[in-house]
Amino acid sequence: MVQEFAGFASLAPAYPEMLLAVGALALLMIGVFASKEISTAITGIAIGLFVAVAVLIVFQSSDGVIFSGGFINDAFARFMKVLVLTGSAFALVLTVSSASENGLNKFEYPVLVVLATVGMMMMISANDLMSLYVGLELQSLALYVVAAFKRDSGKATEAGLKYFVLGALSSGMLLYGASLLYGFTGHTQLTEIAQAVALGERNPGVIFGLVFLLAGIAFKISAVPFHMWTPDVYEGAPTPVTAFFASAPKVAAMALLIRVVFDAFEPIARDWQQVVIFISIASMVLASFAAIGQNNLKRLLAYSSIGHVGFALVGLSAGSLVGVQGVSIYMAIYLTMTIGTFACILALKNEDGYVETIDDLAGLARSRPFVAAILALFMFSLVGLPPLAGFFAKWQVFLAAIEAQLFVLAVIGMLASAVSAFYYLRIIKVMYFDEPEASYAAPAVELNVVMAVTGFLVLSYYFTIGGPLTAWAQVAANSLF
Amino acid sequence: MTPVIGLGHFLTVAAILFTIGVFGIFLNRKNIIVILMSIELILLAVNINLVAFSAHLGDLVGQVFALLILTVAAAEAAIGLAILVVFFRNRGSIAVDDVNMMKG
Repeated sequence: MVQEFAGFASLAPAYPEMLLAVGALALLMIGVFASKEISTAITGIAIGLFVAVAVLIVFQSSDGVIFSGGFINDAFARFMKVLVLTGSAFALVLTVSSASENGLNKFEYPVLVVLATVGMMMMISANDLMSLYVGLELQSLALYVVAAFKRDSGKATEAGLKYFVLGALSSGMLLYGASLLYGFTGHTQLTEIAQAVALGERNPGVIFGLVFLLAGIAFKISAVPFHMWTPDVYEGAPTPVTAFFASAPKVAAMALLIRVVFDAFEPIARDWQQVVIFISIASMVLASFAAIGQNNLKRLLAYSSIGHVGFALVGLSAGSLVGVQGVSIYMAIYLTMTIGTFACILALKNEDGYVETIDDLAGLARSRPFVAAILALFMFSLVGLPPLAGFFAKWQVFLAAIEAQLFVLAVIGMLASAVSAFYYLRIIKVMYFDEPEASYAAPAVELNVVMAVTGFLVLSYYFTIGGPLTAWAQVAANSLF
Repeated sequence: MTPVIGLGHFLTVAAILFTIGVFGIFLNRKNIIVILMSIELILLAVNINLVAFSAHLGDLVGQVFALLILTVAAAEAAIGLAILVVFFRNRGSIAVDDVNMMKG
């Protein structure tokens, strides 16, 4: 069990996390000792840090299990970490233009985002219940603060408070499950738990632990019935923070869920599949119907993200290699669509402030045709219309479900997808066929760039990134089996 | 014959504390401080579980886990209270019924 410290080189699989953690502390020092306000510069350095770490992961990463089995680096971890870093970097880019209105023009904000990203990378690489918990909390504690960062706003602090209370409850449930698993298997390492589960007969203690653990993680990915914090937090937090919440943490929590169920509970796949199928169906159906009545754009996107988590879980329910590949692709495409949609929302600002409700979008096609076209593109992609990326995401996960003979799940998913088309298409109808009301200022340059890049990727998915992404996701999924 | 206190007793106490903590969050209609206390109760229930299992299995890992949880719980309480303070500055109240700006 006890390993000798074999020198700094033995820590190579964790170099990216170490670089990011040291970088966060360095940024904090720069921010504290700088004589004047330099939040924009710190944001820029943080984005550069994310890019550097992503490059390090792609080109200079070594596989391995270190810290006495607590930390694992494999192709799956690398795929998910690159997604998380992309999401965090773009979330910071989206912050810049509206930083002063949203109270985010303080240097602590990018530092907290970097620390949350370190936590997410640790979650993705966690191979032990202890490192899983510490990574999860490093991410969550930073996110609670970020949610309440606009501290003179009643809504933002209420969002932070709700997020904190329900997040802490979910951590408690996850821990209770972890303690039961430790007690009934005698191990905290995921692979050792799998061995103990495979040897012993079906133990109710282990099943209880599994269910509590899954409930805790379901909170983090905001799957029904543990979704109730999502609409309130998304509405209350400043929009760039919401963009961050909807992108990177979802990917990290989904990666954590995939690793836990496949590394620790492969022998009792039947048991966790039932749970995953249930929360998948509940998420898809509830999100499709609950979103119809929403008029606030951020609440609508909250329900949309709940629904998309449900669709991604369809792939996981299959419990197969194709399923994991499908979920990986789904999360990549979901990340792109989310960032693009939030860039569009942040680009719309008039004298009353930023766009909040769907009615504010009336006649956008005439006042801001470019933003309207990109937003319409993302809405079509979120529905899952064929030539766009969103279609291929859904196609992959439903294909995996049908291969695993889960026909009912696939049919319910497709029906939920059809229902969800109603509220996405309503946005397009309001933008293109209603009379214009407000005139919006020209968007900032970087928002235009983000909209153009993500829009291009979603539009040309099949011809550009589709092939390489599918191949890479397959390599990633292979490393789990 | 003196009754022996075994693993089952510890697990029962932990399960009761955990349940009280969860109900404290959802049934409490008064004060957010009580919610923070309920969260602590949940984490301490987990610690009792871990230490009892650790002693029962003769394995130290559970106690290391409990120490980690204690540390993180302290950080969590600090952040929770900080958020509560900024919330109080905005609203002038920490009653659970006043956390109601957003509904849906």
